[in-house]
Amino acid sequence: MTKKIEAIIREERLHDVKDALRRIGIVGMNVVEVRGHGRQGGITLAGRTGTYQIDLLPRVQINIVLSDHNVEKTIKTIQDAAHTGGLGDGMIFVYPVEDVIRISTGERGHAALMYEGDIDTRRSNGVEAPNAKREVVGK
Amino acid sequence: MTIDTGDTAWVLVATALVMIMTPALAFFYGGMVRKKNLLSTLNLSVITLSIMSIQWILIGYTLAFGPTNSGLIGGLNFLGLTGVGAEPNADYAATIPHLLFVAYQMMFAIITPALISGAFVERIRFRAFLIFTILWATLVYDPVAHWVWGVGGILRQMGALDFAGGSVVHITAGFSALAFARVIGPRKGFGRVVAEPTSIPFTVLGAGLLWMGWFGFNGGSALGANGLAVNAVVTTNTAAAASGLVWMFLSWRDNKPSVLGIVTGMVVGLVAITPAAGFVTPLSALIIGAVAAPISYYAIRLRQKSKLDESLDVWACHGMGGLWGALATGLFATTTVNSAGFDGLFYGNPGQLAIQAVAAVIVIVFAFVVTFVIAKVIQRTIGLRVDENEEEVGLDISEHGERAYA
Repeated sequence: MTKKIEAIIREERLHDVKDALRRIGIVGMNVVEVRGHGRQGGITLAGRTGTYQIDLLPRVQINIVLSDHNVEKTIKTIQDAAHTGGLGDGMIFVYPVEDVIRISTGERGHAALMYEGDIDTRRSNGVEAPNAKREVVGK
Repeated sequence: MTIDTGDTAWVLVATALVMIMTPALAFFYGGMVRKKNLLSTLNLSVITLSIMSIQWILIGYTLAFGPTNSGLIGGLNFLGLTGVGAEPNADYAATIPHLLFVAYQMMFAIITPALISGAFVERIRFRAFLIFTILWATLVYDPVAHWVWGVGGILRQMGALDFAGGSVVHITAGFSALAFARVIGPRKGFGRVVAEPTSIPFTVLGAGLLWMGWFGFNGGSALGANGLAVNAVVTTNTAAAASGLVWMFLSWRDNKPSVLGIVTGMVVGLVAITPAAGFVTPLSALIIGAVAAPISYYAIRLRQKSKLDESLDVWACHGMGGLWGALATGLFATTTVNSAGFDGLFYGNPGQLAIQAVAAVIVIVFAFVVTFVIAKVIQRTIGLRVDENEEEVGLDISEHGERAYA
């Protein structure tokens, strides 16, 4: 069975979340810039004088379609990497997916989701996830 | 009369510097409106270059600088620039071609109506703006320029000092903006919906170019390449610096040191020093700039409290900044800087402050009342603003059929 994970996270956590997902072998994803609010409500910005409020805050939404058995691990990975503990850390939604079609080959369902070196090929090869190189910025 | 090549070269350059201030103002204002009104707001400044260039050579110049009629308005001797050529006009600038004086002054006549546009962005009907600009320039700017700068003009006769247009440009624009905003009314959703600036970087760019252009605005007003021009450039720079810094601390105290606030402060400093630039010392300019910031800062607060949608605070920045500059000239002016000027209160001549105040009040009342009437007449005839749906969609699409970004 195939599921879709829709994770809405802080923009500034995107790099770490992507990095952590790559380490566990999640290869395909797309990312959308979104604006919204949950319980946090909004933030205060500096204007010409004093301040003003905005209620829709910028966040990024990561979309991942994956096999059922990888969902919990992926959720845990996103949650750990996106977590700051403050209000506005975001939400993760999981949906069932009816079907998947890869346009270039016409593969469908689970086969359309397979990539060389992804979370499932690693599992079948009995290889633990290699320590992906950490990208270090500014050092 | 002989033309001085140095003076002519400098005023030519200063003309170009003041010209670029209008596109700079376009970006200064454009950055502060919503994305859907960006082109419209840029255009309100840019099209003024076309309208006012033509108005000025046809009738504006002669109304402002033609031989006086009772000190109230210039005669029509220079209608269509008749008889204006390379020969200097000794009444105004004896060492540069008369036509250069016309061109230099033209740039001031262009930017002043563009300044007012900050009051009514995001809702003005474009054709109403075009008509307003022509009427306003002819009925407000040209007479006030004549009163203040024209030989025999009533305020000049009174002894009022205005080096580069603190009253002619900034007080008229600021208080006209106040009147216009009252007539046109607030933007849809004003006070409920946050109108977030689309691009503060544009505003920073605009402010930077305005600062540079202001060297021509104030420095060029010496109408010669001389020590007075240099004094004006240094006082201008000092006031902008001081005002930007003080504004930074004001916004820091209230929240964070806002970049939009800092560049606003810089422009306010430039406004305030404008009437004084050629009459005061650099140290006086430091005080004039530093005091200008809190005046405009709290004027914006007051405007916000009053619920008036004078959208980009032309009154607070130009009206109040210009008013403070006019009064400050009456405090800090000294004949050691400019022997053609007068001493102010701090140099033993308290009367100058009173003259400055009376002249400012006359200009304020005149600009406010005439603008109010012009705006009302346009409102009753062809209408001032777009309809609600067009406003919601944004003026870029509804008025110009274009959008800023694809």
